[in-house]
Amino acid sequence: MPDPILSIKNLTVVFKTRSGDVPVIDDVSFSIAPREILGIVGESGCGKTMTSLAIMRLMPEQGKITSGSIRLSGEDLVVASEARMCGLRGNEISMVFQEPMTALNPVFSVGEQIAEVLKTHQGLSNSEAREHAIELLESVKIPLPSQRANDYPHQLSGGMRQRVMIAIALACKPKVLIADEPTTALDVTVQAHIFELLHELRDQTGTSIILITHDMASVAEMAERVMVMYAGRKVEEGPVEEILKNPLHPYTQGLIRCVPHLKETISPERKDLHEIPGIVPPISHFGRNECLFAPRCCFVEDRCLNQRPLDSKRAAKHLTACWQENTNFEKVFA
Amino acid sequence: MTKQSSLFKVDHEDFRDENPFMEIFRMYLKNYSAVLGLLVLLLIVFISLIGPFIYSVDPFEMVWLPFTHPGEQGFILGTDYLGRDLLAQIIHGGKVTLAVGCSAALLSVVIGITIGSLSGFYSGWIEELLMRITEFFQVLPTLLFSMVIVALFGASLPVITFAIGIVSWTAVARITRAEFLRIRELEYVTASRSVGARDIYLIMRVILPNALPPIVVQATLMVGSAILFEAGLSFLGLSDPNVMSWGAIMGNNRQYILQEGFVLMYPGMAIFMTVLAISLVGDGLNDSLNPKLRKR
Repeated sequence: MPDPILSIKNLTVVFKTRSGDVPVIDDVSFSIAPREILGIVGESGCGKTMTSLAIMRLMPEQGKITSGSIRLSGEDLVVASEARMCGLRGNEISMVFQEPMTALNPVFSVGEQIAEVLKTHQGLSNSEAREHAIELLESVKIPLPSQRANDYPHQLSGGMRQRVMIAIALACKPKVLIADEPTTALDVTVQAHIFELLHELRDQTGTSIILITHDMASVAEMAERVMVMYAGRKVEEGPVEEILKNPLHPYTQGLIRCVPHLKETISPERKDLHEIPGIVPPISHFGRNECLFAPRCCFVEDRCLNQRPLDSKRAAKHLTACWQENTNFEKVFA
Repeated sequence: MTKQSSLFKVDHEDFRDENPFMEIFRMYLKNYSAVLGLLVLLLIVFISLIGPFIYSVDPFEMVWLPFTHPGEQGFILGTDYLGRDLLAQIIHGGKVTLAVGCSAALLSVVIGITIGSLSGFYSGWIEELLMRITEFFQVLPTLLFSMVIVALFGASLPVITFAIGIVSWTAVARITRAEFLRIRELEYVTASRSVGARDIYLIMRVILPNALPPIVVQATLMVGSAILFEAGLSFLGLSDPNVMSWGAIMGNNRQYILQEGFVLMYPGMAIFMTVLAISLVGDGLNDSLNPKLRKR
């Protein structure tokens, strides 16, 4: 593996709550190589979005990075000044948000919003920035880009707005793009277009992409490597084929079984759609020295409740945090 | 293929929404009382600006006996207690009244937006400090405070304007802060940050333009209340003796309110009409700028 462009080591983010400090991201390490697409998967409230906001240093006020490092081509973002971060955001590292409906400023035309980023980071003049903005709109496949540049966000459809968001995020050709559930709010057909676009742009610009999603199907479609998060911790990490074929953590297995298969549901011997029983533990349970998935797990044993399982290497590049040595796929859902 | 794409284009143009400002303007035109208010206001502004050149009687010159009744001796609105032409006074006073009203409102909007946006954007000690200052100004009895300022620094137009502005910015500050508190949590603010926007840019270009509608409405209404405030001060005698304003006309003649009421009635009606017209305009703006009432 080439040198990682972004590497996160032992990152811990603590939230101040009424019941004390809780680690919403608990000792998470991962890295991403240039041009790589990494998927981060998990249910709501597992710390996926918080991880991305921590990388951007855009966490809400009550959140604080207490330990660990976030290195972007060698520079530690945890200790970088706010002014330095302003220079990096949008320039070296960018983000696409979940809701294209609310992530664009409603009072400026989309062309102006793209141009603004170019003016901030590349010091282009008004006319140069506008020209470049139209080129960017074209590169995200918006028809009639010179006319659409004058449109306001409310005049565009959801898919178009997400394309604009991508154009803004990629305006300065950042090294890393974080896409936080970029297609959750969109139609399935539009989703496929957006994924295709992200793939193409990655090939053109060489940007690494971190795709955050709760949908294993999106990961299968997009990502090359997967990291599964549960309750603020990394529970499994590995190449996407490996994870889909041979998931080791019971939570990953559950997530994969949750994806409906059209063929199965229409075939005579249709199988029931699975669910993972229970819910993500409340935030006050985060950080306990135990396996936080234990209450929902059918392999649970004593040491799961007494000690936190650490990452263990099961195959080349395949890590999982589970005490159970042999988690047989079929046995889980027998 | 070309036919198809041109068809697509026509469709698209047909369903295009117009520019948001045109949309607001169209909404405004649907509101008849607001349009009436705007017309009355424009008429008053027009008369105040152009009137002195057309009706060129000096408002300070004694032209006839005191308290000539309206219509007598060719004085359309009669004369005041010194025998000065009342119509000339009202026409000349309009400019001063409107100027004081607008500049006092502008001053209070500038102070209010500055304090409100900073206290709404930054939490912590900046917010605490600015809100305590706002509360301090809020609990001051406004009329008394401005009277003290005018008494201390002399009754000239700039001082009166300042005295009105300095006591009435709290409402703007609180509205601005409330809007900032709401908008700063929205996703497009985080999205702007994520592409490198600095605080000053977020305040001026991202949050403020989105917070403007209620501030614009408040500012409009503020012009009306500043005019009333100036009239109140002038009525109590705290007006610049070198210029004529509607409030000053009433203040000068206030001893004769029971004997010769018309001298106070006409400037009073001018103030009433102006403030009413401004209120109607503010109300219309409120309706057309409020997205919840739009497209009804």
